[in-house]
Amino acid sequence: MNELKFRKKETAQVVSQKEISEGIFDLRVKAEGAKACCPGQFAGIFPPSDARLLLRPISICECDKEKEEIRFVYRIAGEGTRLISVLKEGDEVEILSVLGNGFPVETAKGKKVALMGGGIGIPPMLYTARMLKEISAETVSFMGYRNADTFLLSEFESYGKVLPATEDGSVGVKGNVMDALRESGFIPDIIMACGPMPMLRAIKKYAEENNITAYISLEERMACGVGACLGCVAKTTHKDDHSHVNNTRICTEGPVFDAKEVEI
Amino acid sequence: MDTKVSIAGVEFKNPVMTASGTFGSGMEYTDFVDIGRLGAIVTKGVANVPWEGNPTPRVTETPSGMLNAIGLQNPGVDVFIERDLEFLKAFDTPVIVNVCGKTTEDYLEVVERLADTNVAMLEINVSCPNVKEGAIAFGQKREALYAITKEIKSKAKQPVIMKLSPNVTDITEMAKAAEAAGADAISLINTITGMKIDIARRKFVLANKTGGLSGPAIRPVAVRMVYQCANAVSIPIIGMGGIATAEDALEFIMAGATAVSVGAANFFDPYATIKVVDGIEDYLKKTGTETVRELIGCVK
Repeated sequence: MNELKFRKKETAQVVSQKEISEGIFDLRVKAEGAKACCPGQFAGIFPPSDARLLLRPISICECDKEKEEIRFVYRIAGEGTRLISVLKEGDEVEILSVLGNGFPVETAKGKKVALMGGGIGIPPMLYTARMLKEISAETVSFMGYRNADTFLLSEFESYGKVLPATEDGSVGVKGNVMDALRESGFIPDIIMACGPMPMLRAIKKYAEENNITAYISLEERMACGVGACLGCVAKTTHKDDHSHVNNTRICTEGPVFDAKEVEI
Repeated sequence: MDTKVSIAGVEFKNPVMTASGTFGSGMEYTDFVDIGRLGAIVTKGVANVPWEGNPTPRVTETPSGMLNAIGLQNPGVDVFIERDLEFLKAFDTPVIVNVCGKTTEDYLEVVERLADTNVAMLEINVSCPNVKEGAIAFGQKREALYAITKEIKSKAKQPVIMKLSPNVTDITEMAKAAEAAGADAISLINTITGMKIDIARRKFVLANKTGGLSGPAIRPVAVRMVYQCANAVSIPIIGMGGIATAEDALEFIMAGATAVSVGAANFFDPYATIKVVDGIEDYLKKTGTETVRELIGCVK
C-alpha cells in the first residue's frame, strides 16, 4: 500500500484549523509527507512546547497530494493536544511522517466493504472511503457517535452509502456500529475499522464468527513512532518477526492489523 | 580538529554514542541518521533468550522527559547475532552490545555467545529499573555489583562497561566496586525510577506502576553523578542522561565523561545524534580547541 516511502521530521505550515465539534479539531498542514500518505497511516505531531517533547500519534484524515496538504481531525486528550489545537494559519508545527501501515485498500477491489468508525476513530476512515470509491469497491460506511454531534458524517456521503449509529438514538440507528451493521442486512467480505477497544473487540468476534476478514486500527501510547522504543506493542497470536515474542510494534507493524493476528 | 576518543583500547571517531534502548540496533533510524558518522552504536539490551517485556502502557510523557517501563523486550542473542550484528557490519562504527539477564548465568551466556563476534565492547545492564529479577538487583548493592563484574570480566573477550543506576545512595561506591572488580569503563546514568498517577481513572499510568525517567529533566542529576564518579575512579566514563544537543554533551565531557550517549532525544528528534556530532565539531572550531580529549574533565 505504501507506494512511496517517506519518513522525515519536518516543519509543516498550518493552512487552517477549526473546532468542528466540542473538543474536536480539524487541522490542515502543508507538509512534504503529504505526497506519501496512505489511508490508515498516521503522523506524529509535536506540541509546540519545550516541556512536552513526545510526538502525538494522529491518524491521517485526508491528504491532498497536489497541494501537499495533510488533514488531521483529532480530539483534545491532554495538554499536548491542547497546545496543538491553538495553532493558527501560518504557524509552524513539527511533524514526523509518514508512519505505520494503513488499510490494504487494494485488496478490496471487487469486494463488499463495511467501513466502521467509532468516535475519534472516524477520521482515518474518510480517506479510506475515498480510496475505496476510487477502486469502485462496494462500500457501506457505518459511523458511530455519542449523539447528534455527527462530525465528518456528511463528507462520507460523497463516497457511498452511510449508516450512522448514535448511542442516544438521535441520528440513525440507536446503538453502536455493530447494531447498525446487523440492522442493515449488509454482509461484507471485508471490514475496515477504527474506534474504541470494545468496538474493535466486537468486530473481531463478528468477523471470526462469520469468516470475514477484518482490518482494525489500534492505538497505544508511544514514544518514537519508528519502532525503536518498543513502547506501543500489541499482543499477537504469532511470534513477531522483530522480537520473536507475542508482542508486535503498533507504530511500525500496525497500526492496522488483520484482527485475527492480534489479541485485544 | 580532532574528535577521536578511545576507551579500553577501542577507538571511536567521535565521542557520540546511542543510549541503549533508544536506537534499536540502528535499523529503525537509517532514514534519519548516517550510522557511519556515529562514535558507536550501543544496542538495545540483549538477553540469552527472547524476553516479552512488560504489559502496556509502557511509556508516558512527563515534564521535559518521559517514563518508560518497556521491560527489556528483545529477541534474544541468537537472533541478535544473525540479524542485528549482520546489519551493523556494513558500517564503520564500533558496536557496543548492552547485555541483560535475570541471573549471573544468563549474563555469562550472552557474553560467551558474543565472544567471537565483531562486537567491540560489552555494556552490562545491571541498572534497568523495570524488570523484577536480575538487572537492577545486581546494580544496587556494592557486593553484588563487584561479584557480577568479576564473573563477567573472567569470561568476556571484549572490554566490559558496567552501566550504573542512579537509584542508589552513593553512586561513587558503585563506580569504585566496578573498578575494583576489573571493569574497563562505566556508563551512567540509567533512568531514575519514577511514577505517574492518572487522577481521572485513579490508576497508575504505566502498567508496571513505576518506570524509568529519562530526557532533559534528568540532565543535571546525570552531570552531577558523572562529575562525582570521575573524581572517584580512574576508568573512563560514558556519560548520559537527557543529552539532546552538543551543548548538553559538552557538559558531560567537561564533567569527566570520555564519551556520551544520546537517549530519549532520539525519540523526539531522530536527527539528534548527528546534530550532537556536528555541534561538538563546531564548538571545537569556534573555540580553537584542538582535540575533544582536552575537554574531558576540564572543569575541576
